[in-house]
Amino acid sequence: MPRKKINISDKVEHLAILNEKGDLDKKLEPEIVDDLLLKLHRTMFLARKFDERLLSLQRQGRIGTFPPISGQEAAHLGAVAVLRPTDWMVPAFRETAAEIWRGRSLESIIIYNNGFNEGVDIPEDRYDFPISVPVGSQVLHAVGLGWAAKYRQKDDVAMTFFGDGATSEGDFHEGMNFAAVFQAPVVFICQNNHWAISIPLSKQTRSKTLAQKAVAYGMPGIQVDGNDILAVFAAAQEAVDRARSGGGPTFIECVTYRLMMHTTADDPKRYRTDKEVERWKNRDPLPRFQKYLVGKGLLTEGTMAEIESEVLQEIQEAVDRAEAQIKTLGNPLDMFEHAYADMPPYLEEQKKEFERELAEINKEGNHG
Amino acid sequence: MAKMTMVQALNLALRQEMENDDSVVVLGEDVGVDGGVFRVTDGLINQFGDQRVLDTPLAESGIVGMSIGMAAYGLKPVCEIQFSGFAYQNFHQIENHAARLRWRSQGRYHVPMVLRTPYGGGVRALEHHSESREAFWAHIPGIKMVIPSGPRNARALLMSAIRDPDPVVFYEAKALYRAFREEVPEEEETMPIGEPQIVKEGKDLTIISYGAMMRPTLEAATELKEKNGVEAEVIDLLTISPLNEKILVESVKKTGRAIVIHEAPRSFGPGAEIVSRLMEKAFYYLEVPIERVTGYDIVIPLFSREKAYLPNAQRILRSARRTLAN
Ligand SMILES: Cc1ncc(C[n+]2csc(CCOP(=O)(O)OP(=O)(O)O)c2C)c(N)n1
Ligand SMILES: [Mg+2]
Repeated sequence: MPRKKINISDKVEHLAILNEKGDLDKKLEPEIVDDLLLKLHRTMFLARKFDERLLSLQRQGRIGTFPPISGQEAAHLGAVAVLRPTDWMVPAFRETAAEIWRGRSLESIIIYNNGFNEGVDIPEDRYDFPISVPVGSQVLHAVGLGWAAKYRQKDDVAMTFFGDGATSEGDFHEGMNFAAVFQAPVVFICQNNHWAISIPLSKQTRSKTLAQKAVAYGMPGIQVDGNDILAVFAAAQEAVDRARSGGGPTFIECVTYRLMMHTTADDPKRYRTDKEVERWKNRDPLPRFQKYLVGKGLLTEGTMAEIESEVLQEIQEAVDRAEAQIKTLGNPLDMFEHAYADMPPYLEEQKKEFERELAEINKEGNHG
Repeated sequence: MAKMTMVQALNLALRQEMENDDSVVVLGEDVGVDGGVFRVTDGLINQFGDQRVLDTPLAESGIVGMSIGMAAYGLKPVCEIQFSGFAYQNFHQIENHAARLRWRSQGRYHVPMVLRTPYGGGVRALEHHSESREAFWAHIPGIKMVIPSGPRNARALLMSAIRDPDPVVFYEAKALYRAFREEVPEEEETMPIGEPQIVKEGKDLTIISYGAMMRPTLEAATELKEKNGVEAEVIDLLTISPLNEKILVESVKKTGRAIVIHEAPRSFGPGAEIVSRLMEKAFYYLEVPIERVTGYDIVIPLFSREKAYLPNAQRILRSARRTLAN
């Protein structure tokens, strides 16, 4: 009865296709048609500019607290780009570029960030969940969605997003285990941006990689350069194909970096150095992708300038529309909506009571 | 005496108890290097080191479960759950273990821990950051549920909570963190847990309130006096559970009228228990039914409408005037 090594055959791979300078590893280049490449670039660029605009709106007090995504666009956009419209996306809260790709309007995002639930605007032909703030909690929903699709003999796939910090939550581990046990068609996308507010990855886990956690649950796991949209796309394509064809779940760790603050309420200077941020700016996913597209002859300085002015105009129009729409919202009585399918009698009474309160307020207002 | 915000006063309580007793250990998400997202634990890691101020991985059940073990060993963990909206992840550790280890071990072990967590609306926060769910914790036998209403009593109650031999869930109103300053003595000050306070004496009406609702409550009481000549007796509950109804009952025996204020949803909220106790012990002294001014039985809306949801001085005043009119 010897003490011997157990041979765990699963290996954890790392995938990068574009290097930091945007040079291509030709052997690994995924086949993506030109139109799709250009659409990905435009969305990535739009998402970056939109993030910058949201930050300035927040600083002007025109929206509330929000979590910027700059630097992480490739990690989530590259992944959703392989989904069919009828697949399910189950996001955390730092996947704005993916939401835009799936059809969420810019103005809905502004409206939501202004504290209006009306900003949760799921496009009618999409099956996406609203953002989920309780860290890691959404992971299990994707497992349920995937399993339900399998039960109905549909080949829909559920893709869920979460951060490095989320891998410490019980819900994450339960989700991974359930998905593997039930062989649910789920793709787990971890945006490892190295920080969970002020907690660096090294204090989050002693694991060498997050991808290796997949091994423990008996599913394929891969680590990709999350700032390389080609690598993210290729890995996600493989995972979605596997899930769709009955091969079960996959875990993908996208190694990326949060270039901005955690949310606009956070001050990253308290816990990380500018030098570290500068290092990661050199690996910015956007110029890397642009260099690749220029090399392919798909993009020139001229077309980039054109895209920029188009995108800025699109954002400006969205801000204008959102701010106009917000003026039409705000009937406080609406807060009683969507509590139950049918409003229980006691809640009906409370709504009436609130209506009387509003009338009193208006009366008092008139006196004053 | 220095004038302090509630954040500073809580920080003072933690610092002093850590200086007094090396069994006091602080743990939670971002409580160390960052000093807590609201800065309540600011500077503690510099003074006490990273073995007494633990930046934990992101897992609330982990934080509370580990605290229970630390407490059973004889330490006094003070854990921070970043927002009370994420304390449901550790709910079962409180319900199944913190609240019952004394009972389950036939008195052999006990759990002298404190779970500090910010609660409540009014600061334009994101979803899940504005709820007021004290009733969940207050409903658990074996748990003490404390909610201070200002810098001075926050400091004193937190010191008492740390010294308490039983587990205490300690809710801190975000809306009060930096709302105003109060004189807080540098020398140690504690306050008994389980004793509501009369903060304003009166003979015409009893107003029972706590936490962030104390400010609109006092505003309403002042206006009642100035505009209507009504003397309201205002009681700050401070401890939700174990609820000590003694001074509430005495007050109602004197005034014959009462209203109860909380921002938590009305149904099955703390007001329901308070009203029941008054019915049991002061029914024959009541002139009129007791009204509740509370949050509605809905999810607190995102911040653009939270003001409409939260009780304010005007709502309290209207309820008081209705109660007095009969
Ligand atoms: C269950 C839960 N606990 C705590 C928080 C507060 N919080 C919000 S985001 C965050 C860090 C998340 O880190 P990570 O999962 O790496 O995602 P990132 O923010 O880096 O995108 C924390 C602690 C929360 N929203 N939910
Ligand atoms: Mg992170």
